[in-house]
Amino acid sequence: MSPAGLVAHLVAHRGEGFRLDLALSIPPGRTAALLGPNGAGKSTAVAALAGLLPLDGGRISLAGVVLDDPERGVFVPSEARKVGVAFQDHLLFPHMTVLENVAFGLRSRGAGREAARAGAAEWLERLGVAGLADRKPGDLSGGEAQRVALARALATGPDLLLLDEPLSALDVTTRVELRRALAEHLAAFPGPRLLITHDPTEAFLLADEIHVIEAGAVTQTGTPDDIRLRPRTPYAADLAGSNLVAGIAEGGVVRAGGHVLHVGDRLSSGPVLATIRPSAISVHRVEPEGSPRNTWRTTVDLIEHLGESVRLRTGRPLPLTVEITEEATRVLHLAPGAEVWLSIKATAIAIEPDRPTA
Amino acid sequence: MRRRPPAVLIVLGCLGLALFVVPFVGLLARTPWRDLPDLLTGKVVTDALRLSLVTSLMAAAISAILGVPLAWLLARVEFPGRSVVRALVTLPLVLPPVVGGAALLFALGRRGIIGGPLEQATGLLLPFSTWGVVVANTFVAMPFLVITVEGALRNLDTRYEGAAASFGAGRLTVLRRVTLPMIAPSLVAGLVLTWARAFGEFGATITFAGNLQGRTQTLPLAVFVALESDRSTAVALSLVMVAVSLIVLVALRDRWWRAL
Repeated sequence: MSPAGLVAHLVAHRGEGFRLDLALSIPPGRTAALLGPNGAGKSTAVAALAGLLPLDGGRISLAGVVLDDPERGVFVPSEARKVGVAFQDHLLFPHMTVLENVAFGLRSRGAGREAARAGAAEWLERLGVAGLADRKPGDLSGGEAQRVALARALATGPDLLLLDEPLSALDVTTRVELRRALAEHLAAFPGPRLLITHDPTEAFLLADEIHVIEAGAVTQTGTPDDIRLRPRTPYAADLAGSNLVAGIAEGGVVRAGGHVLHVGDRLSSGPVLATIRPSAISVHRVEPEGSPRNTWRTTVDLIEHLGESVRLRTGRPLPLTVEITEEATRVLHLAPGAEVWLSIKATAIAIEPDRPTA
Repeated sequence: MRRRPPAVLIVLGCLGLALFVVPFVGLLARTPWRDLPDLLTGKVVTDALRLSLVTSLMAAAISAILGVPLAWLLARVEFPGRSVVRALVTLPLVLPPVVGGAALLFALGRRGIIGGPLEQATGLLLPFSTWGVVVANTFVAMPFLVITVEGALRNLDTRYEGAAASFGAGRLTVLRRVTLPMIAPSLVAGLVLTWARAFGEFGATITFAGNLQGRTQTLPLAVFVALESDRSTAVALSLVMVAVSLIVLVALRDRWWRAL
């Protein structure tokens, strides 16, 4: 039985020594996100799935049809694939009106001029941008262009919806508003959906499953909560705002560099990743008394105000990101360079075995 | 207040402009204004004007039909010897047109390697025919179209073509509906340059197609002949060329050839 949805193993070489090797499986009605920094291979993955770049290895199968399988010499060209892409930077054709842009796919797939225009108008209506039909893409705002791009991707009734950095070009207000709209339209799309992004918020809010991709390979796959609470790489931790410390565990302590952290888990041993949420770290002006076993003296290197809360970056011996309230910052008279004491409860440090790196 | 541009630039720039303007002043000064209507309606002039317009426009059309695919191949397909092909295409820009005309004669003349078989097969003999003028014009002018369009294709963001393919468009549909419309300004600019070069063509035409009034004698050829015999007619013919060229270039300015 050939599986529905998308089953892909993408292997592609690009440029000097860059290799993408990525396995993805998305059932119909589910949204996966590829989350990674620039240069991680996200665009290569988009190009391979859209049929704009033949694979060097692996296989792509969508809705039971093999689209690319270099070993067997199968390659379905882009124009014959049913993949709807909302491209990064929209890529709306500048010489066509909005309506013509959305009708383009329908025309190319054999619809008559009138039928294509009617179908396009219907999608513009659904996306709430029917009033823009006669405009040229150059006259659209970022949010409007994104809706048109989405209408164009959906209009042909694709088997896979691919959204490449859909919100990255937008200002903050538009992004929040459009993210809500995007969530609705994703939910209404029956096939598998893949979101490509470097913005963790986007991935956390829109995806059912996140694949963190770094340097061409997946470094972690999991639900948004998995990634947020148990990030496995410094990149993922940074995305989630957590501190990630690699060290060696033995008998309830983790040695990281020269520093010793007491942890709740007494059983783990060997290489581990310790995760410390920024809000689980307490800050004091004088040495605290009582239970915390992890207490040390350091300096505040950087202070970042984030509305209600404040993020501190502390210095040696163990640089960490700490999150406290605005109020606490005031009471403690914190300023860059201030000497402080940090304390962390042993039970607030989660550890898990570090996967051997390939 | 805006600062004045440096004096040295103004002086040199005006000298450069004078080089363009002075010859026209000379031409206008020698114009026999009273006899002009008669001169312009003379058979030699009207024949040459008609022939020049027809052959230069046909050369531009053929350049578009053959030159755009050539430019596309040069811009988009990597093949061995591409730089050699590019050099061959631009050769007519550097070559003296007389040499081009002679080469055409050796290839397409009655005893040429292609001209002979072509005449036997179809009865068509290019030299000394209006088609010969078109061929000579195209040979000399098409490089302008090819290099302009190739440059535009190289500068075009190919992601748009990829997007079009992902929405189901085959390669020719992509070319027709996305690529060519997106490079339209450059395409038009290339066509204008090509037409202008063909309109003024002299050396290759006279060498390959000869100088027969009504058949191969274009405006530049007629000017050349008239200079020997009838100065007033030469001046009138020259005025016609200046007028037609200026009208076209001014009419298309800004609107079309911004892309240059």
